[in-house]
Amino acid sequence: MAKRIDVKDLNLFYGKFHAVDGVSLAVPPRNVTAFIGPSGCGKSTVLRSLNRMHEVIPGARAEGKVLLDGEDIYASTVDPVSVRRTIGMVFQRPNPFPTMSIRDNVVAGLKLAGERNGKKLDEVAEQALRGANLWAEVKDRLNRPGGGLSGGQQQRLCIARAIAVQPDVLLMDEPCSALDPISTLAIEDLIQELKKDFTIVIVTHNMQQAARVSDQTAFFNLAGVGQPGRLVELDDTERIFSNPTQKATEDYISGRFG
Amino acid sequence: MSTATDLNRPAAPPAFQEINSSRRFKNRLATILVGLTFVLALAPLVWLLITVIAKGFQYVLNADWWQKSLAGLTSRQFGGGVYHAIIGTLLQGLICAVIAVPIAILVAVYLVEYGKQSRLAKAVTFTVDILSGVPSIVAALFIYALCITTLGMPRSAFAVSLALVLLMIPVVVRTTEELLKIVPDELREAAYALGVPKWKTIVKIVIPTAMSGIITGISLAIARVMGETAPVLVLVGYTTFINYDPFGGSMASLPLLMTSERLTTNEVGEARVWGAAVTLILIITVFNLLGSLISRLTSLKTK
Repeated sequence: MAKRIDVKDLNLFYGKFHAVDGVSLAVPPRNVTAFIGPSGCGKSTVLRSLNRMHEVIPGARAEGKVLLDGEDIYASTVDPVSVRRTIGMVFQRPNPFPTMSIRDNVVAGLKLAGERNGKKLDEVAEQALRGANLWAEVKDRLNRPGGGLSGGQQQRLCIARAIAVQPDVLLMDEPCSALDPISTLAIEDLIQELKKDFTIVIVTHNMQQAARVSDQTAFFNLAGVGQPGRLVELDDTERIFSNPTQKATEDYISGRFG
Repeated sequence: MSTATDLNRPAAPPAFQEINSSRRFKNRLATILVGLTFVLALAPLVWLLITVIAKGFQYVLNADWWQKSLAGLTSRQFGGGVYHAIIGTLLQGLICAVIAVPIAILVAVYLVEYGKQSRLAKAVTFTVDILSGVPSIVAALFIYALCITTLGMPRSAFAVSLALVLLMIPVVVRTTEELLKIVPDELREAAYALGVPKWKTIVKIVIPTAMSGIITGISLAIARVMGETAPVLVLVGYTTFINYDPFGGSMASLPLLMTSERLTTNEVGEARVWGAAVTLILIITVFNLLGSLISRLTSLKTK
Protein backbone atom coordinates (compact mmCIF):
# COMPACT_ATOMS: atom_id res chain seq x y z
CA MET A 1 0.00 0.00 0.00
CA ALA A 2 2.68 2.48 0.98
CA LYS A 3 4.23 4.24 -1.98
CA ARG A 4 7.38 6.23 -2.56
CA ILE A 5 7.45 9.93 -3.37
CA ASP A 6 9.94 11.61 -5.66
CA VAL A 7 9.90 15.37 -5.86
CA LYS A 8 11.70 16.81 -8.87
CA ASP A 9 12.64 20.47 -9.14
CA LEU A 10 9.48 21.74 -7.46
CA ASN A 11 8.85 25.50 -7.45
CA LEU A 12 5.93 26.87 -5.46
CA PHE A 13 4.29 30.26 -5.76
CA TYR A 14 1.69 32.34 -3.95
CA GLY A 15 0.58 34.71 -6.68
CA LYS A 16 3.78 36.45 -7.74
CA PHE A 17 5.65 35.49 -4.58
CA HIS A 18 8.13 32.69 -5.17
CA ALA A 19 7.77 30.72 -1.94
CA VAL A 20 9.88 27.63 -2.55
CA ASP A 21 12.70 27.25 -5.02
CA GLY A 22 13.74 24.09 -6.79
CA VAL A 23 13.14 21.35 -4.23
CA SER A 24 14.10 17.80 -5.16
CA LEU A 25 13.84 14.98 -2.68
CA ALA A 26 12.88 11.34 -2.34
CA VAL A 27 10.77 9.69 0.33
CA PRO A 28 10.99 5.89 0.46
CA PRO A 29 7.90 3.85 1.38
CA ARG A 30 7.25 2.79 5.01
CA ASN A 31 9.47 5.51 6.24
CA VAL A 32 9.05 8.69 8.27
CA THR A 33 10.52 11.84 6.79
CA ALA A 34 10.62 14.97 8.92
CA PHE A 35 10.72 18.50 7.50
CA ILE A 36 12.39 20.97 9.83
CA GLY A 37 13.43 24.59 9.45
CA PRO A 38 12.67 28.10 10.66
CA SER A 39 9.22 29.67 10.24
CA GLY A 40 8.43 30.82 6.72
CA CYS A 41 11.01 28.56 5.08
CA GLY A 42 8.35 26.78 3.04
CA LYS A 43 8.32 23.37 4.67
CA SER A 44 4.54 23.40 5.19
CA THR A 45 4.10 24.70 1.65
CA VAL A 46 6.15 21.80 0.27
CA LEU A 47 4.14 19.36 2.40
CA ARG A 48 0.84 20.76 1.12
CA SER A 49 2.07 20.52 -2.46
CA LEU A 50 2.56 16.75 -2.03
CA ASN A 51 -1.20 16.14 -2.16
CA ARG A 52 -2.14 19.21 -4.18
CA MET A 53 -3.58 21.05 -1.17
CA HIS A 54 -1.26 23.96 -1.99
CA GLU A 55 -3.42 25.05 -4.92
CA VAL A 56 -6.54 25.32 -2.70
CA ILE A 57 -5.26 28.74 -1.62
CA PRO A 58 -6.31 31.39 -4.18
CA GLY A 59 -3.42 32.36 -6.44
CA ALA A 60 -1.18 29.49 -5.32
CA ARG A 61 0.42 27.32 -8.01
CA ALA A 62 3.12 24.71 -8.39
CA GLU A 63 5.71 24.00 -11.07
CA GLY A 64 7.72 20.82 -11.29
CA LYS A 65 7.02 17.17 -10.67
CA VAL A 66 5.84 15.14 -7.72
CA LEU A 67 5.96 11.44 -8.55
CA LEU A 68 4.00 8.89 -6.55
CA ASP A 69 5.53 5.52 -7.45
CA GLY A 70 6.57 7.12 -10.76
CA GLU A 71 3.22 8.73 -11.53
CA ASP A 72 3.19 12.53 -11.71
CA ILE A 73 0.40 13.91 -9.50
CA TYR A 74 0.72 17.26 -11.29
CA ALA A 75 0.13 15.77 -14.76
CA SER A 76 -2.58 17.73 -16.57
CA THR A 77 -4.87 14.68 -16.77
CA VAL A 78 -4.81 14.01 -13.02
CA ASP A 79 -7.82 14.99 -10.90
CA PRO A 80 -6.60 16.61 -7.66
CA VAL A 81 -9.52 15.00 -5.81
CA SER A 82 -8.19 11.53 -6.63
CA VAL A 83 -4.68 12.57 -5.53
CA ARG A 84 -6.02 13.63 -2.14
CA ARG A 85 -7.83 10.32 -1.80
CA THR A 86 -4.47 8.56 -2.15
CA ILE A 87 -2.44 10.97 -0.04
CA GLY A 88 -4.06 11.84 3.28
CA MET A 89 -3.31 14.76 5.51
CA VAL A 90 -3.43 15.66 9.21
CA PHE A 91 -3.42 19.34 10.12
CA GLN A 92 -1.82 21.48 12.76
CA ARG A 93 -5.04 22.15 14.65
CA PRO A 94 -7.40 19.22 15.21
CA ASN A 95 -10.38 19.83 12.92
CA PRO A 96 -13.10 17.21 13.41
CA PHE A 97 -16.34 17.98 11.58
CA PRO A 98 -18.53 19.65 14.25
CA THR A 99 -21.81 18.38 12.81
CA MET A 100 -20.78 14.73 12.96
CA SER A 101 -20.50 12.08 15.63
CA ILE A 102 -17.17 10.40 16.40
CA ARG A 103 -18.05 7.44 14.18
CA ASP A 104 -19.27 9.64 11.33
CA ASN A 105 -16.12 11.74 11.54
CA VAL A 106 -13.95 8.67 11.09
CA VAL A 107 -15.90 7.36 8.10
CA ALA A 108 -16.61 10.80 6.62
CA GLY A 109 -14.22 10.24 3.72
CA LEU A 110 -15.87 6.95 2.72
CA LYS A 111 -19.38 8.16 3.37
CA LEU A 112 -18.94 11.28 1.28
CA ALA A 113 -17.45 9.12 -1.47
CA GLY A 114 -20.77 7.27 -1.58
CA GLU A 115 -20.27 4.24 0.71
CA ARG A 116 -23.70 3.43 2.21
CA ASN A 117 -23.14 0.00 3.78
CA GLY A 118 -23.55 0.71 7.51
CA LYS A 119 -21.93 -2.52 8.62
CA LYS A 120 -18.86 -1.95 6.50
CA LEU A 121 -18.62 1.63 7.78
CA ASP A 122 -18.80 0.37 11.37
CA GLU A 123 -15.96 -2.04 10.68
CA VAL A 124 -13.84 0.63 9.04
CA ALA A 125 -14.53 3.01 11.92
CA GLU A 126 -13.39 0.45 14.48
CA GLN A 127 -10.30 -0.48 12.48
CA ALA A 128 -9.29 3.15 11.95
CA LEU A 129 -9.91 4.08 15.59
CA ARG A 130 -7.85 1.10 16.71
CA GLY A 131 -5.17 2.18 14.25
CA ALA A 132 -5.19 5.64 15.81
CA ASN A 133 -5.04 4.22 19.38
CA LEU A 134 -8.36 5.84 20.19
CA TRP A 135 -10.74 2.88 20.16
CA ALA A 136 -10.54 2.09 23.86
CA GLU A 137 -11.29 5.68 24.82
CA VAL A 138 -14.29 6.25 22.57
CA LYS A 139 -15.85 2.85 21.91
CA ASP A 140 -18.71 3.57 24.32
CA ARG A 141 -19.56 6.96 22.87
CA LEU A 142 -19.22 6.59 19.11
CA ASN A 143 -22.43 8.52 18.56
CA ARG A 144 -21.35 11.53 20.60
CA PRO A 145 -20.07 14.62 18.76
CA GLY A 146 -16.37 14.64 17.91
CA GLY A 147 -16.06 18.17 19.29
CA GLY A 148 -16.50 16.85 22.84
CA LEU A 149 -13.16 15.05 22.89
CA SER A 150 -9.97 16.55 24.32
CA GLY A 151 -7.47 18.19 21.97
CA GLY A 152 -5.20 15.14 21.85
CA GLN A 153 -8.13 12.80 21.29
CA GLN A 154 -9.46 15.07 18.56
CA GLN A 155 -6.11 14.95 16.79
CA ARG A 156 -6.07 11.14 16.97
CA LEU A 157 -9.65 11.23 15.67
CA CYS A 158 -8.38 13.26 12.72
CA ILE A 159 -5.62 10.71 12.15
CA ALA A 160 -8.24 7.93 12.27
CA ARG A 161 -10.29 9.88 9.75
CA ALA A 162 -7.27 10.23 7.48
CA ILE A 163 -6.29 6.54 7.61
CA ALA A 164 -9.90 5.33 7.24
CA VAL A 165 -9.78 6.07 3.52
CA GLN A 166 -6.66 3.86 3.29
CA PRO A 167 -4.27 6.33 1.71
CA ASP A 168 -0.81 5.37 0.46
CA VAL A 169 0.87 8.33 2.10
CA LEU A 170 0.09 10.31 5.25
CA LEU A 171 1.15 13.93 5.47
CA MET A 172 1.26 15.57 8.88
CA ASP A 173 1.53 19.32 9.26
CA GLU A 174 2.84 19.98 12.79
CA PRO A 175 0.33 17.50 14.22
CA CYS A 176 1.46 17.97 17.83
CA SER A 177 2.01 21.72 18.02
CA ALA A 178 -1.38 22.31 19.68
CA LEU A 179 -1.08 19.37 22.07
CA ASP A 180 0.28 18.77 25.55
CA PRO A 181 3.33 16.51 26.08
CA ILE A 182 1.30 13.39 26.94
CA SER A 183 -0.91 13.68 23.85
CA THR A 184 2.24 14.40 21.84
CA LEU A 185 3.81 11.19 23.10
CA ALA A 186 0.65 9.28 22.15
CA ILE A 187 0.81 10.67 18.62
CA GLU A 188 4.53 9.97 18.31
CA ASP A 189 3.99 6.36 19.37
CA LEU A 190 1.19 6.19 16.86
CA ILE A 191 3.47 7.44 14.08
CA GLN A 192 5.82 4.52 14.80
CA GLU A 193 2.85 2.15 14.45
CA LEU A 194 1.57 3.79 11.28
CA LYS A 195 5.01 3.61 9.69
CA LYS A 196 4.45 -0.11 9.12
CA ASP A 197 1.65 0.61 6.67
CA PHE A 198 2.11 4.14 5.41
CA THR A 199 4.69 6.46 4.01
CA ILE A 200 4.74 9.40 6.41
CA VAL A 201 5.96 12.94 5.95
CA ILE A 202 5.80 15.17 9.01
CA VAL A 203 6.49 18.87 9.42
CA THR A 204 7.63 19.80 12.90
CA HIS A 205 9.07 22.76 14.74
CA ASN A 206 10.24 20.49 17.49
CA MET A 207 13.69 19.13 16.64
CA GLN A 208 13.60 16.55 19.42
CA GLN A 209 10.42 15.28 17.87
CA ALA A 210 12.06 15.05 14.45
CA ALA A 211 14.95 13.15 16.03
CA ARG A 212 12.59 10.81 17.87
CA VAL A 213 10.15 9.87 15.14
CA SER A 214 11.85 10.21 11.78
CA ASP A 215 14.12 8.02 9.68
CA GLN A 216 15.30 10.84 7.48
CA THR A 217 15.19 14.58 7.99
CA ALA A 218 15.03 17.43 5.51
CA PHE A 219 16.24 20.84 6.59
CA PHE A 220 14.70 23.85 4.81
CA ASN A 221 15.93 27.39 5.06
CA LEU A 222 15.56 30.86 3.57
CA ALA A 223 18.38 32.46 1.67
CA GLY A 224 17.24 35.78 3.15
CA VAL A 225 14.19 37.91 3.86
CA GLY A 226 11.85 37.94 0.85
CA GLN A 227 13.85 35.14 -0.78
CA PRO A 228 12.26 31.79 -1.60
CA GLY A 229 12.76 28.90 0.78
CA ARG A 230 14.86 25.95 -0.35
CA LEU A 231 15.92 22.51 0.72
CA VAL A 232 19.33 22.73 2.36
CA GLU A 233 19.97 19.14 3.21
CA LEU A 234 18.23 15.77 3.31
CA ASP A 235 19.87 12.86 5.06
CA ASP A 236 19.37 10.12 7.62
CA THR A 237 18.04 11.68 10.79
CA GLU A 238 21.00 10.37 12.76
CA ARG A 239 23.49 12.02 10.43
CA ILE A 240 21.57 15.32 10.30
CA PHE A 241 21.58 15.59 14.07
CA SER A 242 25.12 14.35 14.64
CA ASN A 243 27.14 15.26 11.64
CA PRO A 244 25.38 17.48 9.08
CA THR A 245 27.32 18.42 5.95
CA GLN A 246 25.97 21.98 5.74
CA LYS A 247 26.91 24.68 8.21
CA ALA A 248 23.37 26.17 8.18
CA THR A 249 21.95 22.84 9.30
CA GLU A 250 24.45 22.59 12.12
CA ASP A 251 23.71 26.15 13.24
CA TYR A 252 19.97 25.46 13.22
CA ILE A 253 19.97 22.18 15.09
CA SER A 254 22.44 23.43 17.65
CA GLY A 255 20.13 26.39 18.32
CA ARG A 256 22.44 29.12 17.05
CA PHE A 257 19.59 30.59 14.99
CA GLY A 258 15.94 30.01 14.09
CA MET B 1 21.52 40.84 40.83
CA SER B 2 19.94 43.88 42.40
CA THR B 3 17.06 43.78 39.90
CA ALA B 4 16.31 40.19 40.84
CA THR B 5 15.98 41.03 44.51
CA ASP B 6 13.80 44.01 43.63
CA LEU B 7 11.43 41.74 41.77
CA ASN B 8 11.25 39.26 44.60
CA ARG B 9 10.21 41.87 47.10
CA PRO B 10 6.44 42.12 47.65
CA ALA B 11 4.91 45.24 46.15
CA ALA B 12 4.86 48.03 48.68
CA PRO B 13 1.46 49.62 49.36
CA PRO B 14 2.13 52.84 47.38
CA ALA B 15 2.59 50.71 44.26
CA PHE B 16 -1.16 50.52 43.85
CA GLN B 17 -3.24 53.67 43.78
CA GLU B 18 -6.87 54.19 44.56
CA ILE B 19 -9.22 54.82 41.66
CA ASN B 20 -9.16 58.59 41.41
CA SER B 21 -12.34 60.59 41.66
CA SER B 22 -12.43 61.75 38.04
CA ARG B 23 -12.38 58.15 36.81
CA ARG B 24 -15.01 57.22 39.34
CA PHE B 25 -17.17 60.09 38.09
CA LYS B 26 -16.72 59.12 34.43
CA ASN B 27 -17.60 55.54 35.22
CA ARG B 28 -20.78 56.57 37.00
CA LEU B 29 -21.72 58.97 34.19
CA ALA B 30 -21.22 56.29 31.54
CA THR B 31 -23.26 53.78 33.54
CA ILE B 32 -26.14 56.25 33.84
CA LEU B 33 -25.98 57.14 30.13
CA VAL B 34 -25.97 53.51 29.04
CA GLY B 35 -28.89 52.74 31.37
CA LEU B 36 -30.87 55.76 30.16
CA THR B 37 -30.45 54.99 26.47
CA PHE B 38 -31.44 51.40 27.14
CA VAL B 39 -34.69 52.55 28.74
CA LEU B 40 -35.19 55.10 25.97
CA ALA B 41 -34.82 52.44 23.31
CA LEU B 42 -36.99 49.92 25.09
CA ALA B 43 -39.81 52.22 26.21
CA PRO B 44 -41.56 52.68 22.85
CA LEU B 45 -41.40 48.94 22.17
CA VAL B 46 -42.91 48.02 25.52
CA TRP B 47 -45.48 50.79 25.19
CA LEU B 48 -46.48 49.55 21.73
CA LEU B 49 -46.79 45.98 22.92
CA ILE B 50 -48.89 46.98 25.95
CA THR B 51 -51.20 49.17 23.83
CA VAL B 52 -51.75 46.48 21.20
CA ILE B 53 -52.36 43.77 23.76
CA ALA B 54 -54.64 45.97 25.92
CA LYS B 55 -56.78 46.95 22.95
CA GLY B 56 -56.80 43.73 20.97
CA PHE B 57 -56.08 40.71 23.14
CA GLN B 58 -59.70 40.28 24.27
CA TYR B 59 -60.84 39.60 20.69
CA VAL B 60 -58.33 36.87 19.86
CA LEU B 61 -59.41 34.81 22.88
CA ASN B 62 -62.58 33.89 21.02
CA ALA B 63 -62.30 30.58 19.11
CA ASP B 64 -64.31 32.04 16.22
CA TRP B 65 -61.56 34.59 15.71
CA TRP B 66 -59.17 31.85 14.52
CA GLN B 67 -61.72 29.76 12.59
CA LYS B 68 -64.09 32.10 10.77
CA SER B 69 -63.84 34.84 8.18
CA LEU B 70 -65.65 38.15 8.08
CA ALA B 71 -67.79 36.99 5.15
CA GLY B 72 -71.34 38.28 5.28
CA LEU B 73 -70.76 40.56 8.23
CA THR B 74 -71.45 44.26 7.83
CA SER B 75 -69.23 46.90 9.32
CA ARG B 76 -71.64 47.22 12.24
CA GLN B 77 -71.74 43.57 13.27
CA PHE B 78 -69.37 42.15 15.86
CA GLY B 79 -68.29 38.53 15.50
CA GLY B 80 -66.62 36.56 12.77
CA GLY B 81 -62.86 36.08 12.64
CA VAL B 82 -59.70 36.66 10.64
CA TYR B 83 -59.08 33.12 9.41
CA HIS B 84 -59.18 34.38 5.82
CA ALA B 85 -56.44 36.91 6.58
CA ILE B 86 -54.29 34.45 8.55
CA ILE B 87 -54.42 32.02 5.61
CA GLY B 88 -53.48 34.84 3.25
CA THR B 89 -50.52 35.98 5.35
CA LEU B 90 -49.18 32.44 5.80
CA LEU B 91 -49.71 31.49 2.16
CA GLN B 92 -48.02 34.60 0.80
CA GLY B 93 -45.14 34.32 3.28
CA LEU B 94 -44.59 30.64 2.57
CA ILE B 95 -44.71 30.97 -1.23
CA CYS B 96 -42.24 33.82 -0.90
CA ALA B 97 -39.93 31.72 1.28
CA VAL B 98 -40.10 28.72 -1.07
CA ILE B 99 -38.92 30.90 -3.96
CA ALA B 100 -36.53 33.21 -2.10
CA VAL B 101 -34.64 30.85 0.23
CA PRO B 102 -33.07 28.54 -2.40
CA ILE B 103 -32.08 31.49 -4.58
CA ALA B 104 -30.62 33.39 -1.63
CA ILE B 105 -28.64 30.39 -0.33
CA LEU B 106 -27.22 29.68 -3.78
CA VAL B 107 -26.21 33.34 -4.16
CA ALA B 108 -24.52 33.27 -0.74
CA VAL B 109 -22.71 30.01 -1.58
CA TYR B 110 -21.50 31.55 -4.83
CA LEU B 111 -20.28 34.70 -3.06
CA VAL B 112 -18.42 32.90 -0.27
CA GLU B 113 -17.23 29.67 -1.88
CA TYR B 114 -16.72 30.49 -5.54
CA GLY B 115 -16.84 34.22 -6.29
CA LYS B 116 -14.55 35.41 -3.47
CA GLN B 117 -13.12 38.72 -4.70
CA SER B 118 -13.98 38.34 -8.40
CA ARG B 119 -15.57 41.22 -10.29
CA LEU B 120 -18.88 39.36 -10.68
CA ALA B 121 -19.03 38.64 -6.95
CA LYS B 122 -18.41 42.30 -6.16
CA ALA B 123 -21.19 43.29 -8.57
CA VAL B 124 -23.55 40.78 -6.94
CA THR B 125 -22.71 42.04 -3.44
CA PHE B 126 -23.31 45.61 -4.59
CA THR B 127 -26.68 44.65 -6.11
CA VAL B 128 -27.72 42.80 -2.97
CA ASP B 129 -26.79 45.83 -0.89
CA ILE B 130 -28.91 48.09 -3.08
CA LEU B 131 -31.78 45.60 -3.07
CA SER B 132 -31.76 45.48 0.72
CA GLY B 133 -32.31 49.23 0.78
CA VAL B 134 -35.24 49.17 -1.66
CA PRO B 135 -38.48 50.30 0.05
CA SER B 136 -41.28 47.74 -0.10
CA ILE B 137 -43.51 50.08 -2.10
CA VAL B 138 -40.87 50.23 -4.85
CA ALA B 139 -40.65 46.43 -4.94
CA ALA B 140 -44.44 46.28 -5.15
CA LEU B 141 -44.63 48.82 -7.98
CA PHE B 142 -41.85 47.01 -9.87
CA ILE B 143 -43.79 43.73 -9.72
CA TYR B 144 -46.94 45.61 -10.72
CA ALA B 145 -45.20 47.08 -13.74
CA LEU B 146 -43.55 43.79 -14.70
CA CYS B 147 -46.23 41.18 -14.04
CA ILE B 148 -49.49 43.03 -14.24
CA THR B 149 -48.90 45.85 -16.72
CA THR B 150 -46.37 44.14 -18.99
CA LEU B 151 -47.14 40.42 -18.71
CA GLY B 152 -50.85 40.89 -18.18
CA MET B 153 -51.16 38.75 -15.05
CA PRO B 154 -54.15 39.51 -12.81
CA ARG B 155 -53.60 41.06 -9.38
CA SER B 156 -53.10 38.08 -7.10
CA ALA B 157 -51.50 36.76 -3.93
CA PHE B 158 -48.75 35.28 -6.08
CA ALA B 159 -47.76 38.75 -7.28
CA VAL B 160 -47.53 39.76 -3.63
CA SER B 161 -45.23 36.81 -2.97
CA LEU B 162 -43.00 37.87 -5.87
CA ALA B 163 -42.67 41.36 -4.41
CA LEU B 164 -41.88 39.83 -1.00
CA VAL B 165 -39.21 37.67 -2.69
CA LEU B 166 -37.41 40.86 -3.71
CA LEU B 167 -37.45 42.00 -0.08
CA MET B 168 -36.48 38.64 1.38
CA ILE B 169 -33.56 37.65 -0.87
CA PRO B 170 -31.11 40.34 0.30
CA VAL B 171 -31.83 39.61 3.97
CA VAL B 172 -31.23 35.88 3.60
CA VAL B 173 -28.19 36.37 1.32
CA ARG B 174 -26.58 38.68 3.87
CA THR B 175 -27.09 36.42 6.89
CA THR B 176 -26.16 33.24 5.01
CA GLU B 177 -23.05 34.92 3.62
CA GLU B 178 -21.89 35.97 7.08
CA LEU B 179 -22.55 32.51 8.49
CA LEU B 180 -20.72 30.69 5.68
CA LYS B 181 -17.77 33.04 6.17
CA ILE B 182 -17.35 32.03 9.82
CA VAL B 183 -17.19 28.32 8.96
CA PRO B 184 -13.44 27.75 9.49
CA ASP B 185 -11.38 27.05 6.37
CA GLU B 186 -9.80 24.18 8.29
CA LEU B 187 -13.02 22.20 7.89
CA ARG B 188 -13.01 22.76 4.14
CA GLU B 189 -9.35 21.71 3.98
CA ALA B 190 -10.02 18.65 6.11
CA ALA B 191 -12.70 17.57 3.64
CA TYR B 192 -10.52 18.29 0.59
CA ALA B 193 -7.69 16.28 2.14
CA LEU B 194 -10.03 13.29 2.39
CA GLY B 195 -10.60 13.48 -1.34
CA VAL B 196 -14.03 15.07 -1.09
CA PRO B 197 -14.89 17.26 -4.11
CA LYS B 198 -15.59 20.94 -3.49
CA TRP B 199 -19.36 20.86 -4.14
CA LYS B 200 -19.78 17.93 -1.77
CA THR B 201 -17.70 19.71 0.86
CA ILE B 202 -20.07 22.67 0.61
CA VAL B 203 -23.25 20.59 0.71
CA LYS B 204 -22.22 18.07 3.36
CA ILE B 205 -19.78 19.98 5.56
CA VAL B 206 -20.01 23.76 5.17
CA ILE B 207 -23.78 24.28 4.96
CA PRO B 208 -24.63 21.82 7.77
CA THR B 209 -22.09 23.56 10.00
CA ALA B 210 -23.79 26.91 9.39
CA MET B 211 -27.33 25.47 9.25
CA SER B 212 -28.50 26.51 12.69
CA GLY B 213 -27.77 30.18 12.04
CA ILE B 214 -29.16 30.06 8.51
CA ILE B 215 -32.49 28.77 9.85
CA THR B 216 -32.65 31.59 12.39
CA GLY B 217 -31.99 34.07 9.59
CA ILE B 218 -34.71 32.58 7.41
CA SER B 219 -37.32 32.63 10.15
CA LEU B 220 -36.52 36.25 10.95
CA ALA B 221 -36.80 37.13 7.25
CA ILE B 222 -40.17 35.35 6.92
CA ALA B 223 -41.46 37.15 9.99
CA ARG B 224 -40.34 40.42 8.47
CA VAL B 225 -42.00 39.98 5.08
CA MET B 226 -45.26 38.76 6.60
CA GLY B 227 -45.77 42.19 8.10
CA GLU B 228 -45.11 44.08 4.86
CA THR B 229 -48.06 46.23 3.83
CA ALA B 230 -47.17 47.99 0.59
CA PRO B 231 -47.13 44.86 -1.62
CA VAL B 232 -50.55 43.68 -0.44
CA LEU B 233 -52.03 47.14 -0.94
CA VAL B 234 -50.77 47.39 -4.50
CA LEU B 235 -50.86 43.84 -5.79
CA VAL B 236 -53.98 42.15 -4.45
CA GLY B 237 -57.53 43.12 -3.60
CA TYR B 238 -59.08 42.76 -0.15
CA THR B 239 -61.90 40.34 0.49
CA THR B 240 -63.76 39.15 3.56
CA PHE B 241 -64.03 35.67 2.06
CA ILE B 242 -61.58 32.78 2.42
CA ASN B 243 -59.46 32.28 -0.70
CA TYR B 244 -56.91 29.47 -0.98
CA ASP B 245 -55.94 30.21 -4.60
CA PRO B 246 -52.78 32.33 -4.77
CA PHE B 247 -53.10 32.76 -8.54
CA GLY B 248 -56.53 34.25 -8.79
CA GLY B 249 -58.92 36.56 -7.02
CA SER B 250 -58.60 38.78 -4.02
CA MET B 251 -56.99 37.44 -0.89
CA ALA B 252 -56.96 39.03 2.51
CA SER B 253 -53.91 39.15 4.73
CA LEU B 254 -53.49 40.60 8.21
CA PRO B 255 -51.80 43.86 7.16
CA LEU B 256 -54.34 44.30 4.35
CA LEU B 257 -57.24 43.60 6.71
CA MET B 258 -55.91 46.21 9.11
CA THR B 259 -55.56 48.90 6.44
CA SER B 260 -59.04 48.12 5.11
CA GLU B 261 -60.88 47.88 8.41
CA ARG B 262 -59.13 51.00 9.65
CA LEU B 263 -61.63 52.92 7.51
CA THR B 264 -64.53 51.45 9.49
CA THR B 265 -64.75 54.19 12.09
CA ASN B 266 -66.71 52.48 14.80
CA GLU B 267 -66.10 50.01 17.62
CA VAL B 268 -66.41 47.05 15.26
CA GLY B 269 -63.64 48.32 13.01
CA GLU B 270 -61.47 49.11 16.01
CA ALA B 271 -61.94 45.59 17.35
CA ARG B 272 -60.97 44.06 14.01
CA VAL B 273 -57.86 46.24 13.56
CA TRP B 274 -56.47 45.74 17.07
CA GLY B 275 -57.37 42.06 17.05
CA ALA B 276 -55.56 41.61 13.73
CA ALA B 277 -52.53 43.46 15.11
CA VAL B 278 -52.31 41.10 18.06
CA THR B 279 -52.78 38.13 15.72
CA LEU B 280 -49.95 39.30 13.45
CA ILE B 281 -47.62 39.83 16.39
CA LEU B 282 -48.52 36.38 17.74
CA ILE B 283 -47.89 34.69 14.38
CA ILE B 284 -44.53 36.42 13.98
CA THR B 285 -43.59 35.47 17.54
CA VAL B 286 -44.51 31.84 16.84
CA PHE B 287 -42.34 31.92 13.70
CA ASN B 288 -39.40 33.30 15.63
CA LEU B 289 -39.82 30.73 18.38
CA LEU B 290 -40.08 27.93 15.82
CA GLY B 291 -36.96 29.24 14.13
CA SER B 292 -34.96 29.33 17.32
CA LEU B 293 -36.26 25.90 18.31
CA ILE B 294 -35.16 24.35 15.01
CA SER B 295 -31.86 26.17 15.18
CA ARG B 296 -31.30 24.86 18.69
CA LEU B 297 -32.04 21.33 17.52
CA THR B 298 -29.60 21.64 14.62
CA SER B 299 -26.95 23.58 16.51
CA LEU B 300 -23.52 22.06 17.05
CA LYS B 301 -23.20 20.00 20.18
CA THR B 302 -20.04 19.05 21.99
CA LYS B 303 -21.48 16.75 24.63
